[in-house]
Amino acid sequence: MTGPSSSHWAASAPFDTVVEWDAVTTGDVAAERIAWASVEGADVDTSGEVLSVPAPGGRGTEVRVTLRYDMPAGALGRAAAKYFGDDPSQALDDDLRRFKQVMETGEVVRSERAPWGKRARQQFPQRPARPLSDEELQELEAREEVLA
Amino acid sequence: MKANCWVGPNEVEVQDVPDPTILNSRDAVVKITSTAICGSDLHLLDGYVPMMEKGDVLGHEFMGEVVEVGPGVDGLRLRVGDRVVVPFPIACGACLACRAELYSCCENTNPNAGVAEKLFGHPVAGIFGYSHLTGGFAGGQAEYARVPFANVGPIRIESDLSDEHVLFLSDILPTGYMGAEMCDIQEGDVVAVWGAGPVGQFAMDSARVLGAATVIAIDDVPYRLEMAASQGYRTIDYSDTDVRSALLELTGGRGPDKCIDAVGMEATHGAAHVHLYDRLKQAVRSESDRPHALRQAILSCRSGGIVSVIGT
Ligand SMILES: [Zn+2]
Ligand SMILES: [Zn+2]
Repeated sequence: MTGPSSSHWAASAPFDTVVEWDAVTTGDVAAERIAWASVEGADVDTSGEVLSVPAPGGRGTEVRVTLRYDMPAGALGRAAAKYFGDDPSQALDDDLRRFKQVMETGEVVRSERAPWGKRARQQFPQRPARPLSDEELQELEAREEVLA
Repeated sequence: MKANCWVGPNEVEVQDVPDPTILNSRDAVVKITSTAICGSDLHLLDGYVPMMEKGDVLGHEFMGEVVEVGPGVDGLRLRVGDRVVVPFPIACGACLACRAELYSCCENTNPNAGVAEKLFGHPVAGIFGYSHLTGGFAGGQAEYARVPFANVGPIRIESDLSDEHVLFLSDILPTGYMGAEMCDIQEGDVVAVWGAGPVGQFAMDSARVLGAATVIAIDDVPYRLEMAASQGYRTIDYSDTDVRSALLELTGGRGPDKCIDAVGMEATHGAAHVHLYDRLKQAVRSESDRPHALRQAILSCRSGGIVSVIGT
């Protein structure tokens, strides 16, 4: 946050690019709704909203995320598009699933196929469902992602 | 360690692969003493189930001894040295499905849920050694396996029953039992079971335990029908008998009270033209199972009866 209703955002993109923008908070009801929008003239035109409401029947909490963005043309836009993938709503779905895993089980589930847990799948090559080699384990440990 | 790996359609190979290690806090590593090949492994072998990768370790029915546990495994629940049977679905124990004891529907254990959802409508839980559609977990046709959420699934075996007497708890016994349980069997019911393979045999035994007065096995493999007959069940060989007529004959024209489809996806049951129709649809992937036995079960079941489907 950079003020009572303003914030500065940074999103990492491939090739060590960082996309940054300023935003103003357009709505904030404690623990229920938070919304934001980028300010006039920002590099990235974006707005979003996170709603969390109690599910009917006492079945936990429903979390809804709406994310709108309009990428600039040129290299930055292409890099950002690549980061979000062909299907940005799928990337958001995957993030929400991992969020649910953390909320309900305390961690992100790793399979042999996807041992890198919360990192986006595009950043790693597909691997078969078989135990990791020493080199692969070292690479994960270097990222402090594997339990000792 | 050595492991049975999928290398391509209709080709598997025992390969040397790395030993498994703890990756999540509630993992255990199990040294495998017995493992089974499931009928449903055939769907992986022949490429019927998509999303296999060269080098995947197969196997979802296994048991053995716990040799390592992660820091999050409750010592009162599971310890190194315990003898365990590992159920095939990986279940977190915390989500809505798990709290309703619908462990195969766990909402948290399939890291590939997004893709599975597109194909099935809803994702299934993570499953050991069962394609990347069910998460890409290494399987148990190996010397060791990593078992996530080990304080939820594994069944501790404290008796001296042999492996052969308890290994079925990993899949086929609970699968068969569920088939019988889902059709709400009442004392005195007539229960017909399509498919007298291992799951079907367990479904028949479960039906009897739950109160069925008459159990009828439907198959065309002589040794399966003989096994059912030796347990005291009626049998129908569909290769030389019209199943629906035979069932009506056996039930005073009413039809069985409860019908269980324990056939599985790749059955070659029944009338040639229906089978061809199913195969054609299958060939263009317009339908993902071959529902002939199911159709027959629905047509044969008595009015107001229950049809239970567990084919995998
Ligand atoms: Zn099985
Ligand atoms: Zn669960």
